[in-house]
Amino acid sequence: MTAKKIVRVAGAQGFWGDWLEAPRRQAEGGPVDYLMLDYLAEVTMSILQKQKERDPAAGYAKDFVGAMESVLGGVAERGIKVIANAGGVNPEACAAAVLEMARARGAGGKLRVGVVTGDNLLPRIDELITAGHELKNMETGEPLSIVRDRVIAANAYIGSVPIVEALAKGANVVITGRSTDTALTMAPLRYEFGWGATEWNKLAAGIIAGHIIECGAQCSGGNCLYEWRSIENLADVGYPIVEAQADGTFVVTKHPNTGGRVSVQTVTEQLVYEMGDPHAYITPDVVADFTSIHLEPDGTNRVRVFGIEGKPATDKLKVSIAYRSGYKAIGSLVYAWPDALEKAQLADRVLRERLDRLGLHFEHVLSEFVGANATHGPLAGAEAGRHAPEVQYRIGVRDADRKKVERFTREIVPLVLNGPPSVTGFAGGRPKTEEIVAYWPALVDKTVVETRVTVLQ
Amino acid sequence: MRVRLLDVAHARSGDKGDTANVGLIALKPEWYDMLAKYVTRDRVAAHFTGVITGAVERYELPNLKALNFLLHGALDGGGTLSLKTDAQGKVFSTALLRMVVDIPDEEAAALGLPRAMDLA
Repeated sequence: MTAKKIVRVAGAQGFWGDWLEAPRRQAEGGPVDYLMLDYLAEVTMSILQKQKERDPAAGYAKDFVGAMESVLGGVAERGIKVIANAGGVNPEACAAAVLEMARARGAGGKLRVGVVTGDNLLPRIDELITAGHELKNMETGEPLSIVRDRVIAANAYIGSVPIVEALAKGANVVITGRSTDTALTMAPLRYEFGWGATEWNKLAAGIIAGHIIECGAQCSGGNCLYEWRSIENLADVGYPIVEAQADGTFVVTKHPNTGGRVSVQTVTEQLVYEMGDPHAYITPDVVADFTSIHLEPDGTNRVRVFGIEGKPATDKLKVSIAYRSGYKAIGSLVYAWPDALEKAQLADRVLRERLDRLGLHFEHVLSEFVGANATHGPLAGAEAGRHAPEVQYRIGVRDADRKKVERFTREIVPLVLNGPPSVTGFAGGRPKTEEIVAYWPALVDKTVVETRVTVLQ
Repeated sequence: MRVRLLDVAHARSGDKGDTANVGLIALKPEWYDMLAKYVTRDRVAAHFTGVITGAVERYELPNLKALNFLLHGALDGGGTLSLKTDAQGKVFSTALLRMVVDIPDEEAAALGLPRAMDLA
């Protein structure tokens, strides 16, 4: 009897900015079949769109080229495949940069890079609105037309289908734009096991495997509250690996001789992270039911996941739209003992009075006292911060008028010499005025979005 | 008997727009039913008075021994609009664990619940 086929997908990046060491450690620390790298958050697409406006060859997660370089041996010599949504708003340029890096390293012929496009709806927005797609804000119900002139990015969240297609065409590296985080894990499982488009329970299992490993070490001991003191060797934390079987059951684990922990508790904390209605986790491929998930220990640093159920997918795709929405600036100063909180509170009153006298009224102003109320607000209690050795005073403003926000940034540092005493922590000088790019979630009919797959060598 | 959630549960939180979610997980599987019974939507809404501006929703996940709370209007507008230190709702988890619930003594004793000693 032959052993059951196991496919190993390793989470190697949980967001753009994650640990640069993780991909190489996942490729070299033990057997893996696929590396999954998730780079995109809602805000990321708009940052990348701004970069592309300045440079047509930019607009993708540049970290990915370095990540590919760090795992090139594993991909070129040992058959490891890579799935990443590093393409951002320019997957073609990302693929070109990866191929150029590989050629410079003498491995140009070893990569077949599948590029998935079609998620970018920015050039098609007016066409869509004209055709009756209002792209209403899912939270407020307002039509997109009210912010149309300020839109800078619009991308449909795409699912597993084009990634499976790229793998079927022989790609060993697949680069997408705004595919869902979870599809990056589900697609290779679907490809390897030949799961059909209506095998809802198996597709849902692949999605939940993806949800568990999409935030990197956050399921393997990182940011884990449960018995956190006893989690060993976080300096050497092992990123997660899914060992999946054809029936949709899987084990979450990590490489041997790494730090961190994989337990029912570490996996449960990640399962509830950013959860909405657990009965209906909606993705382009399937609606997964988190109330069907069963977890059980399966040896040291191994958790078995089974029983997962899914329901038919909807006929819509979510669209992530980014639009310019004014400006903000946040400044801070640090007040020292004695009476640090009282001094910081006086600084706040003085500053607000000065802003008032300047006639500066903002759409929104928020003051926080770090060390007293910044994280838990009034829940921290009336005495919180009262005897703290230091308190950071932090004030932010938001407004449509850039000039007003910039004038605000000039009012912080003077407080060092003309406000309450025992103040420091102003080394950064004036705070920076930032343009706010806000997020507009919408739905669009699936039939509107056509993905394309190209394999480059 | 007064029981602090920190002593009977662990938690993780995150964001979706201006909504924070907190997943509350029983430290021992046999404590889940007690959490489901006493950590009600209304009590959690009362706990977060003055902290959030919107409503609270609650979902039960007996399979994971967890409750999921959605706290609307929690993040000062959320995402890039927010001016808060915790714009992504990362530490609403421990804010919920500050909550204290009253459990009938008999029930608390049967479950071996730890008493919130340092609380009045």
